[in-house]
Amino acid sequence: MAQPRLGPAGWARFLWRQLTSMRTALLLLLLVAIAAIPGSVFPQRAIDLGAVDRYLDAHPTGGRILDALQMFDVYTSVWFSAIYLLLVVSLVGCIIPRTMTFWRQLAAPPPAVPRRPERIGPHLTLTTGATPEEVVAQARALMKRRYRLRREDDTGPGEVAAERGYLREAGNILFHYGVVAVIVALAAGYLVGWKGDRIVSVGEGFANTRSSYFTFSGGPLVDGKDLQPFLVHLDDLAVRFEQNVDSGQVGAPREFKATTTVRDTPGAPPRREVLEVNHPLQFDDAEVYLLANGYSPVVTVRDASGKVVYSQPTPFLPQDANYRSTGAVKVPAALPKSLGLSGVFLPTAVMSDGKAGQDGDEFPDVDSAFPDAKAPVLVLSVYEGNLFPDAAPQSVYALRTTALTQVKGVDGKPLRLMLRPGDRATLPGGRGTVEFERLDRWVGISTRYDPVKDAAMWSSILMLIGLIASLLIKRRRVFIRATPQGDGSRVLVAGLAQREDAALGMHLRDLASDLVERLPAGTKIDGPDPTEES
Amino acid sequence: MIPAQLAQLSTQALYASMAALACAMVAFAVQLARLTPREQTPATSERVLVGAGASAAGADGGDTRPGDAPSVGGAEPVGASSGARAPRRGGNLAMSLTWLGALLLLASAVLRGLAVMRVPVANLYEFAVAGCITTLFTYLIVSLRRPMRWLGLLVVLPVLSVLGVALVSWYVPAAELAPALDSYWIAIHVPIAIISIGIFTVAFAVLVAQMLVTRREHIRAIQGEAAGRSRLDAWPDSDRLDRIAYSLHVVAMPLWTFTIIAGAIWGQKAWGTYWSWDPKEVWSFVIWALYAAYLHARATSGWKRNRANLIAVAGYVAILLNVTVVNFFFSGLHTYTGVQ
Repeated sequence: MAQPRLGPAGWARFLWRQLTSMRTALLLLLLVAIAAIPGSVFPQRAIDLGAVDRYLDAHPTGGRILDALQMFDVYTSVWFSAIYLLLVVSLVGCIIPRTMTFWRQLAAPPPAVPRRPERIGPHLTLTTGATPEEVVAQARALMKRRYRLRREDDTGPGEVAAERGYLREAGNILFHYGVVAVIVALAAGYLVGWKGDRIVSVGEGFANTRSSYFTFSGGPLVDGKDLQPFLVHLDDLAVRFEQNVDSGQVGAPREFKATTTVRDTPGAPPRREVLEVNHPLQFDDAEVYLLANGYSPVVTVRDASGKVVYSQPTPFLPQDANYRSTGAVKVPAALPKSLGLSGVFLPTAVMSDGKAGQDGDEFPDVDSAFPDAKAPVLVLSVYEGNLFPDAAPQSVYALRTTALTQVKGVDGKPLRLMLRPGDRATLPGGRGTVEFERLDRWVGISTRYDPVKDAAMWSSILMLIGLIASLLIKRRRVFIRATPQGDGSRVLVAGLAQREDAALGMHLRDLASDLVERLPAGTKIDGPDPTEES
Repeated sequence: MIPAQLAQLSTQALYASMAALACAMVAFAVQLARLTPREQTPATSERVLVGAGASAAGADGGDTRPGDAPSVGGAEPVGASSGARAPRRGGNLAMSLTWLGALLLLASAVLRGLAVMRVPVANLYEFAVAGCITTLFTYLIVSLRRPMRWLGLLVVLPVLSVLGVALVSWYVPAAELAPALDSYWIAIHVPIAIISIGIFTVAFAVLVAQMLVTRREHIRAIQGEAAGRSRLDAWPDSDRLDRIAYSLHVVAMPLWTFTIIAGAIWGQKAWGTYWSWDPKEVWSFVIWALYAAYLHARATSGWKRNRANLIAVAGYVAILLNVTVVNFFFSGLHTYTGVQ
């Protein structure tokens, strides 16, 4: 048999039909669920760049293959994007025709009573002394509030045709538009949103400009120029850790509460604001979140003449739950040569078994036993030479020792400074002094801008309302046919459900008993029992 | 009373609850063992009738009500669970014990909450206990409306196992909240998640029953009389089990959707981003997508009911992975198990 050949338009229509079919949507939904999983198994660049680098170091070959498959960028990968874009297209292609169908259904009356309504679903019969006309009048009066009724002159004598539950389809359509809106809001937020992260020591402040953030990342449409010029000053940070030994969670964080002074613009009046985890600072255009905290020993370095060449809070980064922290002090102005100090800060210093810190730690013999500053000690080694041997950017928290030589003590061993707050150490060879003046704290803040997030929230709430309506509202048709029987009539009440509707039988029985009450005494339900409950 | 005493009472209530549930389990098991199908099993399913052929229909059809036979798709089969009437007394005891166990477990959670003055859902131990509470109450509330004794063992046994694991491996002393959890959203996001998981759990148990019964019906359809008798014949037929499972999923799904939305709003407040593909978020999404696929599969012509149910089973497997594997092996922002 000769098959008709499909032209390009025919093929396009065929593919569109396939794509927008429910089976395809279902398949894509399953695919998107499976495709999302690798992103939870492998570290993701968007979440933790360092973790990806460590993974690549640990698994050179496998890591390269995984990287080629975009397993470290799952949610921006070609294959994940392809699946969800197809899903969105399929969704839109399905929902628009459905909206139009629903629109037409709203305009059309409920269908007429079928020839044998008792054959299509649960049903029951009544016998009554009322005439069919009276039954119809009573049934219409009973049902007009809760049902859409087919016009009387369009229905056979003694018949009522009714339908309810149009909101089910409305909810269904709302849900699907809600899903699309959430995805659009996510995408828009990605395009125009940005975030900036930095560390602020107590007593310091920052302005909301791109350059004041240590890292700044924005979507393709972000130039980072016209940011709202608000100012944040960190006045104080109160911290509390679990002290109760019986809790089994000694050292667990209990409270981080920063007190800040903020100005919406440089000239605006200052406001006192509390910044906490779960309680960001709100500005017109952005929010500032408290994401991390740590210690900033205030280190002062003087040269041999006593002149201060370095004095500032120096953030050290916590490496574990007890805030064993690493950091560096870079003093390019020191004489005779630039000085670099690197080491660990221990809020509650204890001697350890020699395995503290990560592999290659400078001071594995000292550790911290508690995250709060109960017995703070700063342990430093000293280097001199060229701090910035190449133009390459380097971490603030670590020394690049390639062009540095380690300063040795009088005993010929590498010099090791152990300083408590207030301690001052004199470096050998006229290199001056290093003082641990006092201990400050720092907070890691993140400023986020996503103008579309409220839209995402409201879309998702509409989506939820639509979902609830589409799952819980039942679309039901009810057909009533009253035929004369003796002086009165025999009434058939039948129902038809659009989808699974276990309660339809019960609903019909309730409707029938309401009808019985409106009809003359002696009316009774003959059966059969339309409910499934035993 | 001081917090330490309250916490101790909470643990004691948990032990008492486990004792009651263990007795309930035995009672359910005894009841199931005595639950023999009647000599003439009712026509439990139209499909069985058709498949079993005329002779089986003749033998089984004696119980059918008049008026049912000619109906095409709408009429309900006779209440199949009427077969469960005989050993009702044992069933009543089991149900009472389950109520007792559930209430004691609820008391345990309330006491723990009082000991720390917060919602007791802040670590994996508390999460597991709360999940057992919502599972038990889902089961008990459904059983108020229809006979559910046959399902008892499939609910109480997993609940007891989870409580055992929670007590042995996940227990952490009652303690104050970490700052990241210290928000009123913990009283919204987490309890709704737990209620949703409780309902999904009972739905999963019903699906397991549905699969067992479907297989049994299949055997009966092929072998007819030769299939012999099975306790499963006294369970509700697969159509009805399927409907029960569906209605539970229909309630659980919006709750899960709400869980994700509330979590996103909380995430925005706590971490500055409402969606960051954190492992817990990924798996919550996977669960949502799988159950959404299940609901779609039910509405898609051409998809067999049992295949749709398999998707729901996959959804539940994802839930189990989310509260176990994801908690312990995937690092992310949701690291609140408290287990060292």
